[in-house]
Amino acid sequence: MSAPSAPAAHFAPGLAAGARAGLPVVLGYLGIGFAAGVIERAAGLSNAEVLFVSLVLYAGSAQFILVSLVSLASPASAIVLTVFFVNLRHLLLSAALAPHLRGLPAWQNALLGLQLTDETFVIAAARFARGDVPAAARASWMAGLNLAAWSTWALANLAGALFSAQLAAAPGATRVLGYALPCMFAGLLVLQLAAHPRLRTGLAVCAFSAGLGVAVQAFWPGPWAVISATLAGASLGLALERAAA
Amino acid sequence: MDLRPEFISLVLACAAVTALPRVLPLVLLARVTLPDWLRVWLGYVPLAVLSALLAMEVLMVGGRPALAGNPALPAILPALAVAAYTRSLIATVAAGLGAYWLLL
Repeated sequence: MSAPSAPAAHFAPGLAAGARAGLPVVLGYLGIGFAAGVIERAAGLSNAEVLFVSLVLYAGSAQFILVSLVSLASPASAIVLTVFFVNLRHLLLSAALAPHLRGLPAWQNALLGLQLTDETFVIAAARFARGDVPAAARASWMAGLNLAAWSTWALANLAGALFSAQLAAAPGATRVLGYALPCMFAGLLVLQLAAHPRLRTGLAVCAFSAGLGVAVQAFWPGPWAVISATLAGASLGLALERAAA
Repeated sequence: MDLRPEFISLVLACAAVTALPRVLPLVLLARVTLPDWLRVWLGYVPLAVLSALLAMEVLMVGGRPALAGNPALPAILPALAVAAYTRSLIATVAAGLGAYWLLL
């Protein structure tokens, strides 16, 4: 991986290619974001507040938690701490992308990281690992992916807020739309598994992390379930790979 | 259409603590060469994180494991099958939403 030679020449095509690669995520965000907007309105946020939180916080699970804590009148310090721990898993995602985004100025790494989500991470990690995106175009490609996902998320949140009155008559519809989230996870998981060089080790990691996540969450509810399942699952993958070598 | 000042400051504080773990590794680790074992380890992160998130979404209701009376669990099976067969996220979400809607 070398430093980008002529970033300007790659910028517009990279941006467009990244946005195109994000299309499947964008369509999923339409459903989840719409459901989020409805739920946020129901929790007492104004339309402007829904748009603000989706643009500035831009994190599905954290937004759901934020509004439920706000509607419970939790103290601000507890809300901020909870959101911090819920989003701490991004530490691992950001670290996993770092080897693919070398040679960029620090401010570009920072901007690209700022809009990292579970879904955009998986798309980017898979494309970068396959070598689909030339090193010189990676920054603009990732920016295109990020901007497509971010703008769709905010618009879908706003649409959900604006149509929440109509949706209130059909609570089942919001529930069905919210189910787009596990469906996205399922689709992204299969894509990751298919791209992984060691299918059996990968499957073992999946089963282990899934079981551990549920077990930890059942006994100790909170953000540590995902984090501990990720740390232990990735360590199992490394150990199995080392044992086979 | 109003923005409460205390809500704005709360969201800004939440956004700040969200930005740190999103930004810091990407800025710092893109500047060093990672050892091989760490790159292998990081390669398993997406599988591990997605499996945990998915399992908690479809195997739990209200914070407790729920295998029966939980439409989220059977509805994910056609979604997984469509994902494996088509490798299309859009088809996967469509299949899952359709199945969930029928089972709800």
